[in-house]
Amino acid sequence: MIKAKINNVDVEVPEGTSILLAALKAGFKIPTLCNHPDLVPEGQCGICVVEIDGIPGLKRSCMTPLAEGMKVRTNTLKLMATRKRLVELILTNHDTDCLTCIKSQSCELQSLAALLGINTIEYPKFEEKLPIDSSSVSIVRDPNKCVLCGRCVQVCSNIQTVNALAINNRGFDTVISTAFDAGLGNSVCINCGQCVVHCPVGALYENSQVDKVWEALNDPDKFVVVQEAPAVRAMIGEEFGMPAGSLVTGKMHAALRRLKFDAVLDTNFAADLTIIEEGTELVARLKSGQNLPLITSCSPGWIKFMEEFFHDMIPHMSTAKSPQQMFGALAKTYYAEEKGVAPEKIVSVSIMPCTAKKFECLRPEMRASGYQDVDYVLTTREMGRMLREAGIDLKEMPDEHPDPIMGDYTGAGTIFGTTGGVMEAALRSGYFLATGRELEDLDITSVRGLKGIKEAEIDIDGTKLKVAVAHSAGKARKLLERVRDQIKNEGKSEYQFIEVMACPGGCVGGGGQSWGSNMAKRARRGEALYAEDKSLPHRRSHENPEVTTVYEKFLGKPNGEKAHKLLHTHYHRRSTVDGKVLLG
Amino acid sequence: MAVEEKQCQCSDMQEEDLYSKLDEIINDHKGKPEDLIVVLHKAQNLFGYLPEKVQKKVAEGLDVSINEVCGVITFYNFFSTVPQGKHSVKVCLGTACYVRGSQKVLEKAEKELGIKTGGTTEDRRFSLGVVRCIGACGLAPAMLVDEDVYGRVKTTNVMETVEKYE
Repeated sequence: MIKAKINNVDVEVPEGTSILLAALKAGFKIPTLCNHPDLVPEGQCGICVVEIDGIPGLKRSCMTPLAEGMKVRTNTLKLMATRKRLVELILTNHDTDCLTCIKSQSCELQSLAALLGINTIEYPKFEEKLPIDSSSVSIVRDPNKCVLCGRCVQVCSNIQTVNALAINNRGFDTVISTAFDAGLGNSVCINCGQCVVHCPVGALYENSQVDKVWEALNDPDKFVVVQEAPAVRAMIGEEFGMPAGSLVTGKMHAALRRLKFDAVLDTNFAADLTIIEEGTELVARLKSGQNLPLITSCSPGWIKFMEEFFHDMIPHMSTAKSPQQMFGALAKTYYAEEKGVAPEKIVSVSIMPCTAKKFECLRPEMRASGYQDVDYVLTTREMGRMLREAGIDLKEMPDEHPDPIMGDYTGAGTIFGTTGGVMEAALRSGYFLATGRELEDLDITSVRGLKGIKEAEIDIDGTKLKVAVAHSAGKARKLLERVRDQIKNEGKSEYQFIEVMACPGGCVGGGGQSWGSNMAKRARRGEALYAEDKSLPHRRSHENPEVTTVYEKFLGKPNGEKAHKLLHTHYHRRSTVDGKVLLG
Repeated sequence: MAVEEKQCQCSDMQEEDLYSKLDEIINDHKGKPEDLIVVLHKAQNLFGYLPEKVQKKVAEGLDVSINEVCGVITFYNFFSTVPQGKHSVKVCLGTACYVRGSQKVLEKAEKELGIKTGGTTEDRRFSLGVVRCIGACGLAPAMLVDEDVYGRVKTTNVMETVEKYE
């Protein structure tokens, strides 16, 4: 332990603790712009500077560990003036149209300027209008708002290992951009949106479809159906000031009904369906012994990542579509038939914790119904925006159920939203599909939690099934490299089944979550989903009565011909330079 | 017009031939991300600049992301992503030259050659760049044309010097 004084207050912290964190313990919050609890400090902004007795100059507290006997000052007049000047300099070439900025009131720069009492900027404005990058269907990048803190680059290159964003040029010309400045839509970007949720300002945000959805909702000729991803119910409360991990399933359905969606259904229904399709696939592959391990395919960020960096794994991928797309394919076929609505009149909207889902719904393969299966994807943030605009306070909503036919779900469907959830759900049903008996202990805790790569072994009638779970694209890369080596050197992998989600924490940590998030919040949202799972009457996907009905009435057998046509897909090899599909 | 087309094809063909040499260079450093700068130097010596296609090949061969390659190239002044002219004109913007008016010399050269710093004239005769001190402070403001140093350059005689290089 290290003992030192910060502003004359005694503090004791473990060795290696930064002055920034030690000061927090002593009761002093040092202002900062580039620092983020889940990232490695890079000292880009210099706002967290402090004075240390006996050391000349100012030190960046995020990068300086507290040492024995140090005397640190964090709030002298000199420091306050320095911080103010630094922020003023950032503001001289920052597009300060705060009133119309998407990040207004959630912007860390805005809060910082207010906190430091910046009322005027003493320096002349030095602004050069750079073009906004709207080449991506998922993410928009406005370089005029960028403060070059480097968070997006760190998360993109170190945590996700995608390397779509980089710091280019230097000095005054420094910009964060993509290779050849080609734009995110023409890069290896997997649309995961981790850059978006880590950006302190309004430089990165989703490509919004809110206007299109308002238009559809107000068109009397359209029948607008909505589905909500598992993670959204553990997330949307934060848009209305509720603490992270508030489970608001009933309020979410009620609020969407008040937005005048013609049918409020639930992606969780399709998650249960995914388990039946993927579970059946798993059992078949275990029997044949071919293309093992089977790898899950629900996460569209992971899919593009795989197509770019691991396309040799395509035969291992589950061909099952993601729940969003299974739902979409059924909405304009099965649901349309059952409700007697012409499919061309249906507008299919989904609320997702995700920015990559916007890319997924536009894939040319995703038109199994004969139309674009899912028309518009909104992030959780966009849903929050729509509700506020319509004057609907989620907190005040009653608890309501989704509409029938495609709204019922089990606990297995709801845990899809967190890392390990798809695995757990698949094992619960896979056991039944393989043995005809039910798995007794439904809580498979070894695949839960935020450890980067998790492993478990399940005994299925004497056969050991070894599984692994990875969350974040970087951890997926690590796991898949291991699998690739095993297959190359030993002819087969030690694993039979692998779950991958592209975002740290899984969907509860997706690029569509509320601003100002961190890993701790992601964990609480995951816990909320496990709590809902425990509270539901059915906790195995194959017990969902509406899923049973859709097979009886419409689809036939799992993995059967019709199921294959509507619920399964295929993948492409993509370039590691521009992310485009490679032919041949 | 016909002449221009012919010239264009000619230079393309030469460039195509250079790619087999590039492959050889890359092969010597295959899968070694730490050799990136060395390979880029060699590639630039070969092509005179680093076109996108070269950058992509280097990224692929060394197992480096294309973004890292671009980041390195745009960071270092030495690397160029535009074709270089037959002669390189470099104005020194080191402190001594700067205070003796080399910025004006540079501006004059930009205007007369019709290109920005970092650019190449359409006939590929000249490329214009800057250097930060070449140790000729006593001759400030100084200018380099290819390997030749010119001192006490004035805005009035800068083009006279440059024009000598055919």
